[in-house]
Formats: sequence, C-alpha cells, structure tokens
Amino acid sequence: MTKAKQTAQEEFALLELSMDEIVDKVEELSGENVFDCYQCGMCSAGCPLAEEMDLLPNQVLHALQMKDPEAMSANSMWICASCYTCQVRCPKGVDLAKVMEAMRQIYLRKRMDHVSLDGLSHREIRRLPQIAIVASFRKKTG
Amino acid sequence: MNKLEKLTYFPGCTLKDTASDFEISGMAVMEALGYVLEELERWNCCGTVFSLTDDDLMHQIGPVRDLIRAQEAGSEEIITLCSMCYATLKRSSLFVNGNQERLDKINAFMNKEIDYEGKVSVHHLLEVLRDRIGWEKVEERVTNPLEGLSVAPFYGCTLLRPQEIAIDDPDAPTVLQDLTQALWATPIDYAYSVECCGAYQVVDHRDVVIERTHRIMSAARRAGADVIVTSCPLCHFNLSDTQKELVRTIPDYEEMPIIYFTQLMALGFGVEAGKIPASLKAKVKRLQTVKGEG
Amino acid sequence: MISEKQEKEMIRIHVMGKTYEVPAGLTIMDAMEYAGYRFTRGAGCRSGFCGACSTVYRYEGDYRLQFALACQETAADGMYLVQLPFTPAPRAKYDIEKINLKENVLLQYYPEIARCVSCNTCTKACPQDIEVMDYIQAALRGDIAKTAELSFDCIQCGLCSMRCPADIKHYHMAQMARRIYGRYMSPVPQHLENRLQEIADGAFDAELDKLVNMSREELEEAYAARVSEEASAGSERSE
Repeated sequence: MTKAKQTAQEEFALLELSMDEIVDKVEELSGENVFDCYQCGMCSAGCPLAEEMDLLPNQVLHALQMKDPEAMSANSMWICASCYTCQVRCPKGVDLAKVMEAMRQIYLRKRMDHVSLDGLSHREIRRLPQIAIVASFRKKTG
Repeated sequence: MNKLEKLTYFPGCTLKDTASDFEISGMAVMEALGYVLEELERWNCCGTVFSLTDDDLMHQIGPVRDLIRAQEAGSEEIITLCSMCYATLKRSSLFVNGNQERLDKINAFMNKEIDYEGKVSVHHLLEVLRDRIGWEKVEERVTNPLEGLSVAPFYGCTLLRPQEIAIDDPDAPTVLQDLTQALWATPIDYAYSVECCGAYQVVDHRDVVIERTHRIMSAARRAGADVIVTSCPLCHFNLSDTQKELVRTIPDYEEMPIIYFTQLMALGFGVEAGKIPASLKAKVKRLQTVKGEG
Repeated sequence: MISEKQEKEMIRIHVMGKTYEVPAGLTIMDAMEYAGYRFTRGAGCRSGFCGACSTVYRYEGDYRLQFALACQETAADGMYLVQLPFTPAPRAKYDIEKINLKENVLLQYYPEIARCVSCNTCTKACPQDIEVMDYIQAALRGDIAKTAELSFDCIQCGLCSMRCPADIKHYHMAQMARRIYGRYMSPVPQHLENRLQEIADGAFDAELDKLVNMSREELEEAYAARVSEEASAGSERSE
C-alpha cells in the first residue's frame, strides 16, 4: 500500500515538534546560530534557485527566528542545492546551506523521504548519471 | 622516453560510466605532460555531496575509506578530476584530519581497515596543472594552438565553494581562463561562470535545471562563446541534457558544445580527447586550416 | 556422529533468552534441535549451500554481533542464539532477453544501490566472506562483470540486506548481475553448446524413453546399480 501524498503542513504536523524544538534541533544539527542573521538579504540576492522557493533564503532564516512553522512547510529546503553561494557571501558568517540541511534532516531522520526510489522510472534512471542519483538520494532520502 | 611521474588518482563513479571522455582525455593530456594518473586499486563512491550535519559521521565513512585507500597505497594525496568528488573528499579530509576525536570514532567503527592517520590531502587536477606543472609547461606542449576559439569557462559550485576548499577566488576565479590562454584560445567573460546549474535537482525538478541552462547558455552565447568548458560531470550532464530540451522547444536555438577542460587540452595537444561534438571538431579544424593558410 | 568425549562435555547456549545445556561439538542448528526446537522454515540443505539457515548470534560479553549459517557454525559455550526464518527483500522483475548492456541496468532495477554509504556492514555480515560492499560499489559504477565476479560465492542468505542501513537488496541485485554476465558477457562454453545440440538432435531420446517406460521396481534396481562418475576424472570443472 502506498501512502497518500501529504501536504507540507500535514507532514510538518507528523513531526510532532514545536517550533521551539525545531529551532533548537536546527541549531544543534547545523552548528549555526540562526539569530546571527540580520536580514540583509545577500543570500537571497545571490541564490540561483531563489525564484523557485516558497520562501527566499533570508525569509527562511527569518521564519526560524520568529518560530514560524512556514519555515518547515515551505519548499525552500528541498529546492536548495547546497551551492554555497549564500555562505561565501553572508556578512555574518551564517552557513545557510548547513541550516537547510539540518531542516531536511529533521524530516529525513523520521523517514519522510522527498524523492521516491519507486517513483523513478527506468527511463529516468537510464538518463541520469550516477552523480545525480547518488546526490539526490543523499539529500532527499533518509 | 622519460619515466612518468605518478599521481594517485581517484576517478569516481561517473568517470567510469557516462563521463568516460573526461577520464580518457585526462589520462592522455597528463601523459603528454609527463605524468601518469594511477588509479587507486580499490575505491568506493565518495558520496558526491558532503554531509552538512555535524553529528552525522556515517556519511563520512565512505570518503574517509577512500583516504585510507590512498594511505594504503603509500600516498599522502589524492588527485581527482571530478569536481564533486574533489569537494566531498576534500571537505571530509578537512573534517577529520587533525581532529583526533573524530578520527578515533571513525577508526573504531571501521575495525576491518587500517587506522586512518589523517595525513592524506585532496587536490583537483587543475591545481596540479597550475601549481606544479605551470601554464608555461602546458603551453610548451601545445601542438595545435586553439587560436580564434572563444571558450566560456563554467566553474559551477564545488571547485569554489565553500571558501575553505576553493581552488581559486570563489567570486573571480581565473584558473580555467589561464588554462584556456595557455592553449592559445580566448577566454570569455560572462555573468554565469561561477553559478549553480541546479545540480541533483535534475532528478526531480528538471524544469529548474532547464531554466538554469537556458540562462547560462544564453549569457555565454551573448558573450560570443564557441564552447563551454567545465570540470564537473554533473554540470556537463545538466547543461548538455537540458540543452536538448531547449533545441526542441526554442526556435532557432543553436546547440553549444560542452566539453571537459581536459578535452580542450587534448585538442590543443593533439592527443586522444574522447568524443568531441562534431560542430566543435569542425570549428577547430577550420581554425587550424585558416592558420595554416595564413 | 558425536564422539564419546564430546558427549560427556556439555555447553550452555541461550536460545531467544532461554538457557539450555547441549553437547559440545554440534552445529548451531543441531544444538537448537537438541534443545527441542524444530525447524520447518529457515533450514534447507544442511550442507552450507542453500543459504536458508542464516543466523545471527553473540558471545557473552562481546559487543559484536556475529553472523553464520546455522548448519555450518559450531555452537559454543555462552552463545546467544536465534534463528532467522526469512529475509523480506523484494526482487526486481526483468526480462533477461531485453537487457541493454550500455545502460546502467543494475541501477535501474535496484536504484537503492545509490544510497550506499560504504559503511561495509554488509561485508561484515556475510557468512561467505564476500566483499559485498565492493560489489555494490562496482555495480554503482556500472561494472557488471566485477559485480558478478565478486559476488560469485553468494548463497542468497540475505544477511547483508538485513543489516544494510541504506536498504539495499544486495543479493538479489548481485544475482541479476551474474545472470546478465552469464547471458551476455561470459564466453560461450563450447562443450555445453555441443551437448545442447546433441540433446536437440535427439541423441538421448532413446535412453530417456527407456527410463520413462521402466516400472518402479526396475527403476529402483537401476538406481541401486548405477555407476557414479569419479569426481576428478573426466570432470572439466575444478573445485
């Protein structure tokens, strides 16, 4: 039996974690202080994938600072490709790529995968090089 | 014939499969320069992306195991061609080298391996070319100067970011331009040379990569590029694969050849380059005919 | 089979937490049977070939989990035992005639091999001492021949897949690799081709018909009088 697709909000609810707990967990996993960010927006200005994101990178940090659950239901963490442009440009030295990874890990460690191995057709796998598949599974399956 | 100097070489999975042209040309140009890329006898996938959570040692085991393989081979360094392997192995080496607590934990887990001593350093082939061989030596070896060929370097992410593993200035790198000039070709400046192609998002967000490719290609084209040169098999795949989509959907879209930097060198050296797109081959031939006549 | 000396010597084993005294020198499987357990599943050839009786155990005071075939490993004093009747691991369906060697077929049918973290837990679990992780890595980079070669001794016991943190189905994937290797890559054995041709040409039809038409008594008599081929003479396979 396959699970019905959940909305991002439903998935967040399944974590059964308060935003206080989430922010603590994010800081613990990433080693970053999300309150270091002073919202200059350099990360979002440089982010090559920002326009695909529900929340811009700086908005994700702001939502975490404000303990807004939208940080966890926005697609931003799943769009981020860890390209590290934000990290090299951040004047406050926040490693946003690590923050995004910590947020993903909170889901993945509860086995809430965001790429389905069974959902990939043979045709798709045939097309893709190993490097893409391994990276995708690393980033989106737990 | 002089004895070739050995470099301990880590190929990575993709160079053994879809990116075999990268390896073929890499081997050929290094031989021409007096080096042999000696593949590690045993190696495993580096993991392609560095694990970014501090408590996750599990994903460091793969890359550290490769560092152990180099140690077993009596080498204190690993040379990669693939930029993603470079970044993952390099970051892992920095994560454990000199950190006794992490080394102890990982060594205790890998109780079937010899202990990793934390001494192996990781370098990209471009660093070897620039810092050990030098552009003059590269230029000396050129038999078919690529004069008149406009080359757009595409660095992508993992050679340059994060800062601690950057092989060059993360915002204004020059290593690919310098290589291009050593081959007598003309490097092209354009806005997207250090940007992300969308990477592994191609698996489940191909639309994002198509959009990225369109921008990167259009900018390179506007700047007058004949060819894009990269060192990342994933950038290479993304740009070439989604470009087919652009050819299909955009009227008059002209396909831009995308090759590895080692293939560009192989063209300049006149050695085995692997598969080169026909349009580029024709262009290079034309340039050389013109030169011959002139 | 138990010598007199061994019969006198008894050891203590713990089966699913309960302690039993059994004679020394028995295999894990025999020891458990001696203790009163009966295997209807999780036991097969009892000769170390079929892989049905894979098991895990631990020695008192040892932090490591051990792995073995219950029909091969000798029970020892202080062993904590359990029998694993089955490994749930789905097997891919494919048509061997429709495989394209140019594509990374192993990755297509078993995409989870891309999740390998090279932790080597599979290798440590293998009772056949196969370099399991190395063949997964070979498979990931599309090297079917190496996958087939490294996994050759696999008896499909499934312990690797039970232990894998990446949920890989190693032994099924490797079996596919060996089948592809056999179908497309290994040299054609001429003697086999010749024999198949002989069969197709009806060289053995008469002999077979004779057997089919024998009565049960005649068959039993023929079986008892059969001449076994000597293991070494005339055999083209070594080992």
